Amino acid sequence: MRHLLSTRDLDRDTAVGILDVAADMADVATREVKKLPTLRGKTVVNLFFEDSTRTRVSFEVAAKRLSADVINFSAKGSSISKGESLKDTAQTLAAMGADAVVIRHGSSGAPRVLADSGWIDAGIVNAGDGTHEHPTQALLDAFTMRRRLHGNAARGKDLNGLRVTIVGDVLHSRVARSNVWLLGALGASVRIVAPATLLPMGIEEWPVEVGYDLDEAMDAGPDVVMMLRIQAERMSAAFFPTAREYSRQWGLDDERAARLPAGSIVMHPGPMNRGLEISAGAADSARSVVLEQVANGVSIRMAVLYLLLSGTGEVGA
Amino acid sequence: MIRITGATLPDGTRSDIFVANGRIAPPGTPTTSIDADGLIALPGLVDLHTHLREPGFEQSETVLSGSRAAASGGFTAVHAMANTMPVQDTAGVVEQVQSLGDRHGYVTVRPIGAVTVGLAGEQLAEIAAMARSRAAVRIFSDDGACVHDALLMRRALEYVKTFDGVVAQHSQDPRLTHDAQMNEGVLSGELGLAGWPAVAEESIIARDVLLAQHVGARLHVCHVSTAGSVDVIRWAKARGVNVTAEVTPHHLLLTEQLAAGYDSRFKVNPPLRRDDDVAALRAGLADGTIDIVATDHAPHPVEAKECAWDEAAFGMVGLESALSVVQAAVVDTGHLNWADVARVFSAKPAQIGRLDGYANPFAVGSPANFTLYDPAASTVFGIEHLHGKGVNSPYLGRTLPGRVVTTIHNGYPTVSDGLLVDADIVAATAEATHG
Repeated sequence: MRHLLSTRDLDRDTAVGILDVAADMADVATREVKKLPTLRGKTVVNLFFEDSTRTRVSFEVAAKRLSADVINFSAKGSSISKGESLKDTAQTLAAMGADAVVIRHGSSGAPRVLADSGWIDAGIVNAGDGTHEHPTQALLDAFTMRRRLHGNAARGKDLNGLRVTIVGDVLHSRVARSNVWLLGALGASVRIVAPATLLPMGIEEWPVEVGYDLDEAMDAGPDVVMMLRIQAERMSAAFFPTAREYSRQWGLDDERAARLPAGSIVMHPGPMNRGLEISAGAADSARSVVLEQVANGVSIRMAVLYLLLSGTGEVGA
Repeated sequence: MIRITGATLPDGTRSDIFVANGRIAPPGTPTTSIDADGLIALPGLVDLHTHLREPGFEQSETVLSGSRAAASGGFTAVHAMANTMPVQDTAGVVEQVQSLGDRHGYVTVRPIGAVTVGLAGEQLAEIAAMARSRAAVRIFSDDGACVHDALLMRRALEYVKTFDGVVAQHSQDPRLTHDAQMNEGVLSGELGLAGWPAVAEESIIARDVLLAQHVGARLHVCHVSTAGSVDVIRWAKARGVNVTAEVTPHHLLLTEQLAAGYDSRFKVNPPLRRDDDVAALRAGLADGTIDIVATDHAPHPVEAKECAWDEAAFGMVGLESALSVVQAAVVDTGHLNWADVARVFSAKPAQIGRLDGYANPFAVGSPANFTLYDPAASTVFGIEHLHGKGVNSPYLGRTLPGRVVTTIHNGYPTVSDGLLVDADIVAATAEATHG
């Protein structure tokens, strides 16, 4: 694997391969010494043009567990400056000898521009770009689902037959896009539920079923319910009238959560707006795997960095 | 006297062309001769939509560099858009731009005046002063921004009528295109780029044609980009509305699929659209619904494009490649013949802009503005084919048909054997011609 820019680039076998490596990495976390020497001497740069402490720390822990040197490079502009240009930053990192660049950027496609630019010859990992993709989030979500579905016998398996319902602001969600493509490749069936204002144009061409009614979707008894974060500024742009109306129609409240089948799980990419898209009861219930998602995030990011930098090239292209 | 031998005229006939004292002359004894065997003689191309960037944005383009780009593409006249700094919203600025064009001499530069002060869309600019200035402005446009206030647009249409002028509207509803990045559709949804819906163009055109009819004014629609817009304009013309419309070469050839790699050379406003839109634009140009081709040549410095898609500037350079792209998109595909090209890229834009001398381009006595073009040539388009300051061309690396061999402006060559004539020589000849 040269870069990880989009889950669209992952076929079933490549995706399963990443999940299998992540399972090995998860085993490391259970040892007394949680560190492998694999990437000693390699330099991983966390290049964050947007604040995201959670994602940055997850990549940082992952790289350190593999013994890589980690540099955190915050390139965010202030209120008076526009911030450094992608080109200048990339060339600076290239001059410093970065082997991999983990990039978070507010612009859709920025990791792709970096990978195609010729400004830097490092492996590029997309850690979230605009409203485009967030591939490691989708991989950690799939990893979490696979563990719940297959337990310890998960190795080599995909998500064939799993029914996943994704609820909320798909229009602005990079998490949703990455999940839709990856879950499709892994054989899961995906249902999207949201008001029409929060669905992208052309979603009828996506490999998903689309509905507007959350209650109907809950009654269908999905294996996984994934709630997406709602951002307050969407209200001012008339995507929906009030937080209260949104919450009533498309929030996972206690009553809706209780109607789910016994084995169903509830996911959220975080950070959660408790009381808006998800109630505290649903977020803290036994169905919720939110903290597992966080733990699995480290394993997935270890796997991705390992596959990018170890040079084995045994998984993917 | 120059004699051009064996040129094929737009109507397909072969003829020698004689040029003397800046005009097409009756046969005589030439002092120089240009062999045009196998070449098409097209009337000098007239661009109704060029961004020359001077004054104010000389890092992107100047009147000189843009004029050279134009001449190399076979143009003899360009209309310079008003979004300079200061904006072309006073008689002083439009006269300055026109005089720069006259001094450099590669093409006739006709400034376009702003409709509103500072292109701000709030208050009419001094349109009468610009119309009656030495620049004799006839086209008024806030291009880059839409005159979106309906009442202001109505007043502009009415007021401009007083001077036989026309409002060239950039049809884009600003609310429907807030932060828009590319055509809204399946692809924009997948790429996570904010969509620029077709309806944001079509609804403004629909409003404007009704306003133009109501007040009996002339309207020109800039860079039509959607199938729906073609339908609306066709409907308006059938109702007798005095509307003309333009399409850019890039909207005739390229589609939104080029955005898939986030290469910002393909970021343009209005955005590249779907295959169906391209087909409708070609058909609309062929049946006369769309009157003209105009480049929307929009040069930018390198740094404005070397960045993430939503940080990049909108626009493409287009003067140098325009004729080749038109050949590829609508001539080689059978939609237009060369007589049609002469109409949509010279006679008709000149008529809309009230530019004299282009009605009968090869008639004895007409100003000698024409270009000799080799349609059989084929080249991989490269940086070396660009002669303005901008290198933001979407065609780099693409094979394009045709080649401009010679351009004659007011009787003197600006391009000779495929090479631009030296700026000092052109300027000196232009000065002598102006007297």
